[in-house]
Amino acid sequence: MHIIKLVFKNTFRHKLRTSLTILGVVIVILAFGLLRTVVSAWYAGVESSSASRLVTRNSISLVFPLPISYKNKIRQIHGVKFVSYGNWFGGNYIDEKNFFANFAVEPASYLELYPEYILPSNQKDAFLRDRKAAIAGQKLATKYGWRIGDAITLKGTIFPGNWEFVLRGIYRGKDKGTDETQFFFHWNYLNETLKKTMPLRADQPGFYLVGVSNTNLAEEVAVALDKTFKNSLAETLTETEKAFQLSFVSMSEAIVVAIQLVSFVVIIVIMAVLANTMAMTARERIGEYAVLKTLGFGGWYIAALIFGESLFIAMIGCIIGIAFTFPIAKVFGDTMGTYFPVFNVTMKTIYLDAGVSLFVGAVAAVIPTWRAIKIRIADGLRRIG
Amino acid sequence: MEYKTPLVEIKNLYKSYRRGSQIIPVLENITFDIEDGEFLALMGPSGSGKSTLLNLIAGIDTFDSGTIKVGGVDIAALFETELARWRSTNVGFIFQFYNLIPVLTAFGNVELPLLLTRLSRKERREHVETALRIVKLADRMSHYPGQLSGGQQQRVAIARAVVADPTIIVADEPTGDLDRISAKEVLELMGRLNVEFGKTIIMVTHDPHAAEKARTIKHLEKGILNAHNQTRL
Repeated sequence: MHIIKLVFKNTFRHKLRTSLTILGVVIVILAFGLLRTVVSAWYAGVESSSASRLVTRNSISLVFPLPISYKNKIRQIHGVKFVSYGNWFGGNYIDEKNFFANFAVEPASYLELYPEYILPSNQKDAFLRDRKAAIAGQKLATKYGWRIGDAITLKGTIFPGNWEFVLRGIYRGKDKGTDETQFFFHWNYLNETLKKTMPLRADQPGFYLVGVSNTNLAEEVAVALDKTFKNSLAETLTETEKAFQLSFVSMSEAIVVAIQLVSFVVIIVIMAVLANTMAMTARERIGEYAVLKTLGFGGWYIAALIFGESLFIAMIGCIIGIAFTFPIAKVFGDTMGTYFPVFNVTMKTIYLDAGVSLFVGAVAAVIPTWRAIKIRIADGLRRIG
Repeated sequence: MEYKTPLVEIKNLYKSYRRGSQIIPVLENITFDIEDGEFLALMGPSGSGKSTLLNLIAGIDTFDSGTIKVGGVDIAALFETELARWRSTNVGFIFQFYNLIPVLTAFGNVELPLLLTRLSRKERREHVETALRIVKLADRMSHYPGQLSGGQQQRVAIARAVVADPTIIVADEPTGDLDRISAKEVLELMGRLNVEFGKTIIMVTHDPHAAEKARTIKHLEKGILNAHNQTRL
């Protein structure tokens, strides 16, 4: 108890120095937390993917479509429970700045495959009934102030023209990890329009989504599916939804690595700052440590004083840093919503913050403690006066 | 005639410092005893080795050869942790610059040596209050060192030195940083500890007035104990 009191009092002997060091830790924890959250956001699609869903695309590239005739063949494969399909639409709302993910999907099967998109039954019915209907995620609807019944026009980039929709539903995510910034409409609406305007591009989904009856069958189904279309004009590549999402993330892996690197560099910086503070502190108090040793206190007591102070400073900074991370991440997430649909500070990030703070606090105290313990009492006492 | 074993026995003590390749002797062939209940003043010019000798007796420095026994214990034979424990129970320290912990109150500073004992919190409190009463600072126990005068701080240091009831008290220039009146008070207090409480005191000083309070004075010059010891009754 006594040592805790002494650690607490020692910590605030140099208020300015301690405050500046704590501020440094706060900034680093904030930066580290945000950078880790960016990395988590990058992998959000991977994290939220289901093991029971497979994605089938053209084996040459995602750019090349597949025939609609594959739908029934896929359904006949053993272990397949649901089949849905769709196209990346790539439309803009009003202008290019308003970009968000928008897909043309087969609505009934798609909603069955994605139970994490929660849509009230009346809205679901309305969406399924109307071929020009669309649904949007809650975050997207809030961002643009959309309400049920609003007419929304998207400018097609892959499929040129102005495409008009009526918003029939606003879905919510089952949990925080669900993307609420997407926009879905009927694939038939796209297809029927293409039949009139660009018939060569009609009846060709960009991808199939396959739900398997048992997750253990996923690999078997994927192999069987690709085998079915082997040596056809459009061979397929089927992978789990997770692997499919990871293939997207891997395209930008260099950025993720750079972000992770920066997050570790800031830790090294604060470690140096805290170690400097602790070195100054220990040097100033070397006489006091000598007095304590003279009175009979062992090296463990001196070590506890220095380690305690270092960890205390690091943990104060950590707590304040974590407290600030949430509101700042909220602002950051709202601003960057288009790029990071799911931007949540996870518990893993908080644990990492705490772990990093403990590590920094402990490492920063090692050399000052070693010096304080090793100095001879007589030499320590000479530093006084 | 009753033979009394001395409290401190020093035999053929030799201590040197190394400066590069040069070996500088600090203490040479020191041999003398200190009786239990003695008040000894070690005098000598700066650099004569008196503080070094005091540190060696108190077990906070090491020597090259010879022996020091305190209460029959050969302190050179103790390991560092044993020596620390031995110091905490046998030696009380008074320093020139008081060496109080600035973030602790007078009470907290005096309590420090007792934290290494098995005393309960209540017992520690009683001991600290007694020690502060002896040095006439019972009313200042919640004051921090910065709120006390130099003389008062040194009295707190004396309370800290006696609170664990050590066998010997070592004092290194205890009046060196005090004005005349405060110095007189501190010396009177040390005299009381010696006479009323029977504490053995070894004091380093180069102030002849301070040395007069002692019962025995020994002179050191260039690390050698001067042959003519002044002993007063």
